[in-house]
Amino acid sequence: MRWKEMELAGWGRALKSTAAVARPERRSALAGAAAPAIGNRRSYGDAALNGGGKVIDMTRLDRVLELEAATGLLRVEAGARIGELAQLLAPRGWLPAVMPGTGFATVGGCIAMDVHGKNHHGAGSFGMHLAEIELIVGGEARPIGPDDPLWRATIGGLGQTGIITAATLRLIPAKGRTMRVREQRVEGWDEHIALLDSSDASYTVGWIDATATGARLGRGILEEGEISDASLPPAGRSRKVPLDAPGFALSSPVVRVFNAAYYARVPAQGRTVTRAQADFFFPLDRIHDWNRLYGKRGFHQFQCVVPPAQKDALRDMLRAIAQSGLASPLAVLKRMGPGRAGMLSFPMEGYTLAVDFPNRAAARSLIAALEDLAIAAEGRIYFAKDSLAGAAQVRAMYPELADWQAAVSAADPDRALETDIVRRLRLRDPA
Amino acid sequence: MTETWIILGATSSIARAFIRQEAANGSGFLLCGRDMDDIAATAADARLRGAPMAEAMAFDARQPDTFAPILDRAASLSGAVSVAVFVGSMPEQAAIDADPAMIAGVVTDSFTGPAQFLTAIAPMMETRGAGRVVGVGSVAGDRGRLGNYVYGASKAGFATYLSGLRNRLGRSGVHVMTVKPGPVDTAMTWGGPKQPLSTTPEVVARDIARGLAKRRNVIYTAGIWRLVMAVVRAIPEPIFKKMTF
Repeated sequence: MRWKEMELAGWGRALKSTAAVARPERRSALAGAAAPAIGNRRSYGDAALNGGGKVIDMTRLDRVLELEAATGLLRVEAGARIGELAQLLAPRGWLPAVMPGTGFATVGGCIAMDVHGKNHHGAGSFGMHLAEIELIVGGEARPIGPDDPLWRATIGGLGQTGIITAATLRLIPAKGRTMRVREQRVEGWDEHIALLDSSDASYTVGWIDATATGARLGRGILEEGEISDASLPPAGRSRKVPLDAPGFALSSPVVRVFNAAYYARVPAQGRTVTRAQADFFFPLDRIHDWNRLYGKRGFHQFQCVVPPAQKDALRDMLRAIAQSGLASPLAVLKRMGPGRAGMLSFPMEGYTLAVDFPNRAAARSLIAALEDLAIAAEGRIYFAKDSLAGAAQVRAMYPELADWQAAVSAADPDRALETDIVRRLRLRDPA
Repeated sequence: MTETWIILGATSSIARAFIRQEAANGSGFLLCGRDMDDIAATAADARLRGAPMAEAMAFDARQPDTFAPILDRAASLSGAVSVAVFVGSMPEQAAIDADPAMIAGVVTDSFTGPAQFLTAIAPMMETRGAGRVVGVGSVAGDRGRLGNYVYGASKAGFATYLSGLRNRLGRSGVHVMTVKPGPVDTAMTWGGPKQPLSTTPEVVARDIARGLAKRRNVIYTAGIWRLVMAVVRAIPEPIFKKMTF
């Protein structure tokens, strides 16, 4: 493989580092390879970075290898993008069982982060719908299944057990190519939680106006979706953010005005609309490079999950966020089910809150405080999003870390697969 | 009636982008090349994207005995059979300078191998009076320059061959199109010197489809290269020979 020195950034663009990057176009080029694999670099922090080392960009290995029409088993190369798979599969009556918030995420990335989607409360995480993973361990390719000791260390395992080259996904039947979406205004925190709890929709997500305070704290819009075969006029063009936005683009007054307008967009009595699946599952993907809206310094996302009994801790976090005036329009509240497939998987039964912040000193200290609140609430933060946590904070959040370390040490004794996030959080160092 | 594309060099990423695009339009494929595992994966991908048929077949430009099975299979197919050539090799010029025997291989990969294949299949295309030929050359074939003139010379030879083939097959209604890409972001250019006006395999594939629809004879992709090469060709030789780029 040929290597090219490149500066790589996480999606948040706050963390960057330079690595030698290979981008093989054939699987035979991977023979004997021992460097961390990366996908489309949609993790916000440093999960896809390896400063001073090597990484293997898997995005050119993106072919669909087999679809069993009777059972919905799909074998696909690791670099395939979830959004493209959805577009390919829906007309054939299938969809990936779990889809993250961006269709640009690769299959390999979805496995390594054990991602979740708007249906986590019912469907669980991405890794729960896998039949097989093809992994290069210690330079040798081999398929692993759910009984393999590496299975739970690989799913959500940040690429530390080997190079994921392909996987077999268990798809779900999809009766159509669109979504029926019920949207309703939610006036405050208690109502938001109550509606999330009582929702029986397959796909549920709450958008939160993270600038609202007082009685309006936690107000937002609840979206409940079902796969539909209703037809839809053809979609408009996607757009691209052509350059880094100036610092005021997402300043507090702008965000307040935007959020108020976004809230008012849904009529007071609610509405039911038909949407393209891509617009429902990947709402931001139509604005290419939207991360540039935060300007050169980039941004951070804080995402945590707390158990059901600790939901008040989330309200306290939201209050601190609203009072800080630092939040962006992107804030999401979701109910999570217990489903998780790996030792380091993020999901747990409870509620998850995700909020974006511009990369400024005040935001960084706010996030540090939020992380401590998450620990106190017996919750955890998400490696796909984090770029600021410390090693000690993370240890308390992932009870299976020691088991994962043992499995990873056996698979990669020379630590050839370490990445920036692994070093920053000392994930492979015994306590 | 289904069109079947014979793809020579199916492991190339430009070929892959072209295959995906035409599979979605319902074309069938004979995918030919050396890395059979890789081609089997591309064939599966093509079938799942809408190709009624995609078969992997061994092809090596340096081994003409690999041609006959492909020609036989093509003869057994009904409907239009078209050929797209994506083969070629571009070793570092310095490596060639150190080992002049490499020139024969480069010329075979980029010119005489595919030309032999096309000459062998031409009578069948003439008889059927249908089908299309897409030959991927390079802007490097428009003028020999310091950095890659053996590769450039092979591509120039191939372009001249295609011009003649167009002259011959045009009489039978077969459309022959020469494609001259500038630098494309592929494994061949990855890690090499930074290239200006570079494009992607997807854009090349799209430009090929547009050129075919318009029955163009020669296309440049990205399109700006038509202009760039017009300028490069216009530079007088006494000046050109002193230039380094």
